[in-house]
Amino acid sequence: MNFDPRFSGRKFASVGTRPIRPDGIDKVTGRARYGADFNMAGQLVGRILRSPHAHAVIKSIDTSKAEKLAGVKAVITAKDLPDLTDGDAAMYDILDNSMARKKALYDGHAVAAVAAIDARTARQALKLIEVDYEVLPHITDVDEAAHHHAPLINDQVYTEGLEEKPAKPSNITKRTQFGHGDVHKGFAEADFVVERSFKTEQTHQGYIEPHACVASVNADGTADLWVCTQGHFVYRQHCAQLLGLEASKLRVTSSEIGGGFGGKTHVWAEPVALALSRKAGRPVKLVMTRDEVFRASGPTSATSIDVKIGARKDGTITAAEATLRYSCGPYAGSWAEIGAMTAFACYKLENVKTVGYEVLVNRPKTAAYRAPSAPMAAFAVESVVDELAKELGMDAVDFRIKNAAQEGTRSSYGPVYGPIGIGPTLEAVKNHPHMKAPLKANQGRGMACGFWFNFGGQTCTDLNIGMDGSVSLAVGTVDVGGSRASLSLVAAEELGIDYSQVKAIVADTSSLGYNDMTDGSRGTFSSSMATISAARNAIKILRERAAQTWDIPVEDVVWEKGHAIAKGEKYGNLSPLSLKEIAASSGKTGGPIAGHSELVADGAGVSFATHICDVEVDPETGSTRVIRYTVVQDAGKAVHPTYVEGQYQGGAAQGIGWALNEEYIYGKDGRLQNAGFLDYRIPVCSDLPMIDTQILEIPNPNHPYGVRGVGETSIVPPLAAIANAVSNAVGVRMTHIPMSPPRILAALDAEREG
Amino acid sequence: MAGVAVSTTINGDAVEYLCQPDETLLEVLRDRLGLTGAKEGCGTGDCGACSVIVDGRLVCSCLVLGAEAEGRKVETIEGMAHGDQLHPLQQKFLEHAALQCGICTPGFLIAAKDLLAKNPSPTEEEIRFGLAGNLCRCTGYDKIVRAVQDAANVMKGA
Repeated sequence: MNFDPRFSGRKFASVGTRPIRPDGIDKVTGRARYGADFNMAGQLVGRILRSPHAHAVIKSIDTSKAEKLAGVKAVITAKDLPDLTDGDAAMYDILDNSMARKKALYDGHAVAAVAAIDARTARQALKLIEVDYEVLPHITDVDEAAHHHAPLINDQVYTEGLEEKPAKPSNITKRTQFGHGDVHKGFAEADFVVERSFKTEQTHQGYIEPHACVASVNADGTADLWVCTQGHFVYRQHCAQLLGLEASKLRVTSSEIGGGFGGKTHVWAEPVALALSRKAGRPVKLVMTRDEVFRASGPTSATSIDVKIGARKDGTITAAEATLRYSCGPYAGSWAEIGAMTAFACYKLENVKTVGYEVLVNRPKTAAYRAPSAPMAAFAVESVVDELAKELGMDAVDFRIKNAAQEGTRSSYGPVYGPIGIGPTLEAVKNHPHMKAPLKANQGRGMACGFWFNFGGQTCTDLNIGMDGSVSLAVGTVDVGGSRASLSLVAAEELGIDYSQVKAIVADTSSLGYNDMTDGSRGTFSSSMATISAARNAIKILRERAAQTWDIPVEDVVWEKGHAIAKGEKYGNLSPLSLKEIAASSGKTGGPIAGHSELVADGAGVSFATHICDVEVDPETGSTRVIRYTVVQDAGKAVHPTYVEGQYQGGAAQGIGWALNEEYIYGKDGRLQNAGFLDYRIPVCSDLPMIDTQILEIPNPNHPYGVRGVGETSIVPPLAAIANAVSNAVGVRMTHIPMSPPRILAALDAEREG
Repeated sequence: MAGVAVSTTINGDAVEYLCQPDETLLEVLRDRLGLTGAKEGCGTGDCGACSVIVDGRLVCSCLVLGAEAEGRKVETIEGMAHGDQLHPLQQKFLEHAALQCGICTPGFLIAAKDLLAKNPSPTEEEIRFGLAGNLCRCTGYDKIVRAVQDAANVMKGA
C-alpha cells in the first residue's frame, strides 16, 4: 500500500501528551538489563591486551605462556580474525581497529585477547602474553600531524580530493570543499572583515555504561550476540562479515543502552568476543573498563579551524570562508567534511567557501559524537559572527536575524531549504526574558546558533494486535532516551486508542527486518513514520474485518477514534465496532490482525537551535560557572515534550562540559594521561544550573505529524554560546576549547601584556 | 585463593556467600547474588552508578570489599520499592522523566534516598551538592533535581 508521508496538519489526541515511559518501571527498580547485566550458561570472561605505545610495529606476539595458564580457554591475536573484508577499506579499518594487525596505532589499541574461567585468571593471562614492539615516532596533535614533516601514520595515504595526486604520502587523507559564489569578490565588497583561528580539544561521549557484550558462537555456524549498541542490525552485518558468518545466523539482541551519543555506532570489542567464543567453544562476556572506554573507544575529533567573514556597514554578510582540520584517529574519516558542510548552514550567504582536511593522528579512531563535527565548526563561526557584530556596532541577535537562512535559501552545503526554524529561534531568543536579565560584575552573556541535518534511513516496524485488543509495537531503532514512549504515543494516535493499550519493544535482528542505526536523531522521526504506516496498514485490515462482519463494502467503512464506523444513512442501525471487538472475533474473520511497514524515511527536516548562556568568571582563578542557560529549538512536532526537553537539556549539559573542562590530555610519550572520570571530569549536578527550554514547532512537511529529529542539535550551539559569554565577561576573545581555568588565565595575562 | 565466608543482610534478608578477599561488594552483588541493579560505570568510585547504603552510609560498592559486608545491613536498588508500591523517589523519577538511558538511575535513587533521610527538606543547592557524586550524561540533571524536590515534598506530607 502506498504510504503518504506528507504533513497533514491533523489535531492530536495522544501526541504532545506526557505519559510515563513503558520501560520506566524496570529502570527505577534496577530490573532493566543493560549490556553487562546478561549472562549465559558456561560463560567465560574475556579481556583485551592493549598497546602501551602510541605507534609501534608489532614484531611478534608469544601467547604460549598465557595459553598454558590453568583456566585459560582461548587466546587470540589478529591471526584469529583473518581479513575477510575483500577490498572494503572501511571494513578493513574496523577490523584493524578491533585487533591491531601489523602496527599498534594508538595507546590502547587492542593487540591480543583472552577468555578464561574468571576475571582474575583472564587478567593474569594478559600479563603472560609477550609482545615484541618496535616503537615508532608518533604524532597526536592535529596541526602537527598535518605538517609535511610529521611522522607518517600510514605511508599508503595520499591526500584525496586534490586536483592532482600528490607526489608524497601524508597524514591528510582527504580534502573536501563546499560553497557557492565568489568569496574574493564578496570580501572586496565588505566594509568589515574579521578573521581568526580556533582550536578545540578531543572529547569523549562519556556514556556511563562501558561497552559490554556476551557472544556465543556454536559449532553449527549459528551465533548469538547480546550487546549495548545504537544499531544491532549494523553490528550484525559488520560482525558477520568480519567473522565469516551468515548474517541471518547471527542473532543480535540490543540490551538496554546506558548512553551512546554516537559512541555506540561502531564495533570494537564485539568481533573480538565472537572470535574468542568461536575459539573457546563457549559463550564469552566482554566488558570494557572505564580506562579502556577512554583509551580505546571512539572520541570526537580535535580540531583547528580558520574562519573569515566580511560584512557591509548595513550588516549584510558579503562573504564567509572557513578552513577546517579535524583529527580522525589513525584511520580515514569524513569528520572535517561534515564540519565544512555545517559551518555556515545557519546563514543566507551569496559567497561562501569551506574546505575540510581529514587528519590522521595516533589517537583512538574518531567516532560520532552527537551532531558529529558540527559543534566545533559552530564554535569558530559563531565566535567570528559575534565579533563582527561588535565591529559593526550591531546587536548580536539582530545581526544574525538579518543574515539568517530562510525557506528557499540555498544552503552553504548545497540543498535549498524548505520551512526552517533558524529565524523563529532567533526571534524567540530576542524576545526571551533571559536576554534582558541584569548581569553582575565578572558575568557575561553569550548566544549562538546551531544546525544539524538530521537523518531518516531504512526502517522496519511491526504492529501486532492481540486478541484482547492490546497492541504490540516492535521497532528496530534502539531506544536511547524515551522513544518507546513516543512511538507508543504515535501508534495510539493513529489507531485512535489509549496510550496504555500499546506496548512498544525493541526487536532483535531475527525478529524484524533491517533497520539503520539509531543515529542522526532518527529514532522517533523514522520509526514514527514506519509506525504510522504500519498502523494504517492494520487499520485497512480492521476496516475489512468490520465490513465482513457487517457484510457491506469496505469502502463504506471508515476508521475513527479507535472504531470502525459504517458510513451512510442506510447503515444507521449498525453500531460502531471497537478495535477490541474486532480483535476479539479475529479468529473467525480471517486470523491475526497486524500492520507491517518497511520504508526509507526520507525527508528528515533540518534542525536549528539558538542558545543563551550567562557565565561568571573568577578573574583570580579563571574558573567559570554557568549561572543561567536557555535552549530554544525547533522540534517540528514534540511527540513527548518532556523527553524533547530532556534532549535539549542533555545536549546543552554535554556542550557545557566540552566548552569548559573536558579534553583528552596526551603526554609527550603519546599516552593518554586522563583515562578516568576523576581526571576527565564531566559536569556533575553541582556544576550546572537548571536548563530552561523553549520548544518551537515548525512542522516538517515530509512527516505526517511534522516531526523533526531533536536529539543532536542541542550540542551544537553551547561551545560558541559559552565562548561568547566568557569573552564578554573577561573582555578577551576566547579561541581555544575547553576554556579551562589555565587557558582563561593565560588569555587574561596575554591581554594585560598586550 | 581461599574464599571468605560472609554473613550479611541485604534488603532485609539474611544472605550468606563466599567471596575472594580482593572481590568488591559490587562484584559480589552482581556476579554472585544476581543483584545487577547496581552498575559499574568506572570501578574507581567516580561515577556513583554502583551506590548502595551500608549501615546507613552511602557508599560506592566498587570501593567496598565483599568481605567487609560481614554483619552489616546493605540496601540496594532492588529493595527500594515495597512490593508493588514504588518509593516516592522512584515514582517522581518516572513522572518527571528524570532518566533517559537509565544506567545512572539506580545510583541516583539510592543517593537521593540517603540525602532525604539525612535532610528531608533540602534546598536546590543542597540537592545539587548531595548528588554531586553521581554522574549522569543524558539529562543535564535538571529533571533529576526537580524529581527529588517533588519527592521530598511528598515524603514530608506523608
